[in-house]
Amino acid sequence: MDLWLVGEWVTKSILLIAILVTGFAYTTLYERKLAARIQVRIGPNRVGPWGLLQPLADGIKLIFKEELIPAKAYKAIFILAPILTVVPALIITAVVPWGSSIDLFGRTISLGIADPNVAILYILSVASISVYGIVLAGWSSNNKYSMMGGLRSSAQMVSYELALGLAFVGPIMLAGSMSLADIVNAQRGAWYILFQPLGAIIFYIAALAEVNRAPFDMPEAEQELTAGYHTEYSGMKFALFFMGEYIKMAAVSAIFATLFLGGYRGPFVDQFPLLGPIYLLAKIAISLGLMIWIRATLPRLRYDRLMSFGWKVLLPLALANVFLTAVAIVVFGL
Amino acid sequence: MGGMIELLKGMWVTFKAMFEAPKTYQYPEVKRPVRQRFKGRHVLKRYDNGLEKCIGCSLCAAACPADAIFVEASENTDAARFSPGERYASTYEINMMRCIFCGYCEDACPTEAIVLGDNYELSFTDRSQSIYTREKLLEPVPPGGKTTPQVVEPGMFDRSIPVMKDPD
Repeated sequence: MDLWLVGEWVTKSILLIAILVTGFAYTTLYERKLAARIQVRIGPNRVGPWGLLQPLADGIKLIFKEELIPAKAYKAIFILAPILTVVPALIITAVVPWGSSIDLFGRTISLGIADPNVAILYILSVASISVYGIVLAGWSSNNKYSMMGGLRSSAQMVSYELALGLAFVGPIMLAGSMSLADIVNAQRGAWYILFQPLGAIIFYIAALAEVNRAPFDMPEAEQELTAGYHTEYSGMKFALFFMGEYIKMAAVSAIFATLFLGGYRGPFVDQFPLLGPIYLLAKIAISLGLMIWIRATLPRLRYDRLMSFGWKVLLPLALANVFLTAVAIVVFGL
Repeated sequence: MGGMIELLKGMWVTFKAMFEAPKTYQYPEVKRPVRQRFKGRHVLKRYDNGLEKCIGCSLCAAACPADAIFVEASENTDAARFSPGERYASTYEINMMRCIFCGYCEDACPTEAIVLGDNYELSFTDRSQSIYTREKLLEPVPPGGKTTPQVVEPGMFDRSIPVMKDPD
């Protein structure tokens, strides 16, 4: 094994995790600021210039908070659950390409950690793991509300995963590959959102449900379940759930950008490969903004309506979309 | 389908709100003026010459439903006069942890000495700071007046309650 290659991978992995963790912190600030603007408020502006150090202050507060473990909780699983939620969120973006490749120190370094030819299967399987974190958190808390939150979450995530998986199929068929790099390169001419508007909408809605974001945030419905699966969590363990949610938001935004918005592609990206990550980041920021906007607008769905929407509307639509895409590919020879 | 349009309408409303000027008051720097009849922290009033209006009658303490006021009266003399009449409040304490800002003390006061002011910044870091003493509550001496105790000519301030005029 080439030692340089190992060094390159380790560096890129550490860089990605660092970006995700700081990105998580600033996503919370982004959300608070944008939601504040929508509610005609200002949002946090006390800590540092324009409130830019607010995430730091929040982090310090959470680290120094008391860690409570309920007496009747299943201790090992209770501690394991937040880790199980965060780790998939951190590793899911490993297959997303940030750019083509750059020449550095006489070596060609591809921008992106890995490009397996089954990247989409990897994404779907890793995304499913994070269900366990939430279900186990709800179960190990030994609290009926947490339990119900965990159950809701498992039902919701399993149901919407079908529509999500079918929404992936459109870009796969158009690009003829499951590798995200190939899918991005196939969008050289036009973004897939133009060929797959329905697929993009289905993907976005299912992704919102998958990461438990409003209006699909049933597992943590404060009013009904007193915060659902993380009722009993405090301090840093709570922060890990929070982190998991926001990193998953960023991750599905990155995947959405890659599948439907041309990934790192943009003007002049072929001449200057370093523009790639900037374009990708901008697209992620826009997608995150849309999520925050939706959260600030729409109220939470009722649970039975969520399930019937997922099974009776989203799944047939996704199937129809796959069928139409297949027909279009045959008829127009795309 | 109609539902989709409703959703988009809602999104449009919030989108427009993003470009409105925030309605926030930057509180510690910018304070909203309080209403005219706002009931904030109490103030013990003085006459124009600097004498205290409070005569230590304890009617406010009797009227107080929360039992927050404690008054102890002492004798005035012409050599050391705090208020018109026989007596003044040598101890006047309001426990702000008990006070409910109902304003009954204001209504009970025969000399209009205690008035609920416009100060609402009553936070404190120690329980003992919740007791507002006479010194904290008394308003500053008005210009032209003298601080109490005053040395006055005998017989000038025998009446403890001012002569009331009929309202016009």
